[in-house]
Amino acid sequence: MRVRLAWGLVSLIVCACTGSSDPTETGLGGGVLVSAAASLTDAFAEMESAFEDAHPDVDVVLNLGPSSGLREQILEGAPADVFASANSSNMGQLVEAGEVAGEPQIFARNLLQIAVPAGNPGGVAGLHDFAREELLIGLCAEDVPCGEFGREALAKAGVTAAIDTNEADVRALLTKIEEGELDAGLTYATDVASAGEAVEGIDIPENQNVVAEYPIAVLANAPNPQTAAAFVDFVLSAHGQAILTSYGFTAP
Amino acid sequence: MVVLGCLGLALFMLPFIGLLGRIPWTALPDLLGSEVVIDALRLSLVSSVSATVISLVLGIPLAWLLARVEFPGRSIVRGIVTLPLVLPPVVGGAALLFALGRRGLIGEPLGELTGLILPFSTWGVIVASTFVAMPFLVLTVEGALRNMDRRYEGVAATLGAKRWTVVRRVTLPMIAPSLVAGAVLTWARAFGEFGATITFAGNLQGRTQTLPLAVFVALESERDTAVAISLVMVLVSLAVLIALRDRWWRAL
Repeated sequence: MRVRLAWGLVSLIVCACTGSSDPTETGLGGGVLVSAAASLTDAFAEMESAFEDAHPDVDVVLNLGPSSGLREQILEGAPADVFASANSSNMGQLVEAGEVAGEPQIFARNLLQIAVPAGNPGGVAGLHDFAREELLIGLCAEDVPCGEFGREALAKAGVTAAIDTNEADVRALLTKIEEGELDAGLTYATDVASAGEAVEGIDIPENQNVVAEYPIAVLANAPNPQTAAAFVDFVLSAHGQAILTSYGFTAP
Repeated sequence: MVVLGCLGLALFMLPFIGLLGRIPWTALPDLLGSEVVIDALRLSLVSSVSATVISLVLGIPLAWLLARVEFPGRSIVRGIVTLPLVLPPVVGGAALLFALGRRGLIGEPLGELTGLILPFSTWGVIVASTFVAMPFLVLTVEGALRNMDRRYEGVAATLGAKRWTVVRRVTLPMIAPSLVAGAVLTWARAFGEFGATITFAGNLQGRTQTLPLAVFVALESERDTAVAISLVMVLVSLAVLIALRDRWWRAL
């Protein structure tokens, strides 16, 4: 119910914007509604202002939420222009339903990273340290995405972790690492980047890592397809990629 | 009056009826016999009983101070004692982490002196449960000490009873019903404790995962297990409350 109400509002705003501003000579203008995965919140906020700086007649409106929820909104006919998903499966379902114009493109990857408190008091160097009994080790609970991927990575590395706590979500895990209560935990690189100075990230070798790929696409029923395509190009451009990298994402 | 009363009762009853409707009766023995449930039940009983004992040892003297000794700032102390009742338990858990965590105000010197680390240990669960539950004991006993007829103590003293004898033979027996009621409330609160525990002590099967935490984690994926554990909690609580019913009613 709340989601639909929010949708009504968003569509109203988008319509108003589209109506009021005239397209410039480049043909770019009006409102672009970008439905993006929640983990893109900070990166896409900066993306929005950078794109609007380059194209003053464009107004980007971000609709952030879990990828699966955004997918449902689009399937129900929400007037979105662009979909940026945190995984391929949600995008795939839209492609199957004929909701996507052209091929989705991978614009970012998110790698698992070992998160340790500033200064790395436990002297953690890699996943093998997760087996050390004397360290306090935390993961996300098994059924939360970060817990699922973390266990996958440990299995790939052949490590039986001496786990001390299974936190309810990634935020709770990061807080305990920030406070120095845990010596190490497994989260995505973007989570480490968002935690600031109190947390350091240690890279995991590619062959032990679990990678999330983020696809982006213009939607088939986009009200403003030309500007939507320009936004997607911008995300894939060197400028857009630099923004994503600064938030912990890896280039595809 | 009757209608409103029945409405009130319905509010209590309906959730339990809903719970009963969800019980997977055939799978129940297997679910209840699972290691997760047995570990959690054992831990819940150990930590709630320990918290009650600690609350009695520390809470009775504190209640006596509040009821019988005039000292500056007494109402502030009473406010502080009441605070855990009002605070969201998660806030209490975070505060405990800052004070008693491995890098905490007191936790750090404590760890250096004794090697004891409270978070992620069963002791941490007991501390968290005691923190949220002890106010029930202190406030109940304080009320009883204030309301009792102090002339009995005076008479005992004039008859030559030593101070400790008066406490043991007159004061404690006179407030016994309130003491039991307070202890039961304290135990019940500790048994159901969730927020402070998961924030301060983490979540690990067999070490810090009590029944409420097990329910929370199971709700994510195994609904049947969650319902089975909830049933255990309802039954254990009912059994204790019914067993202590008579004293309970007399005191309240």
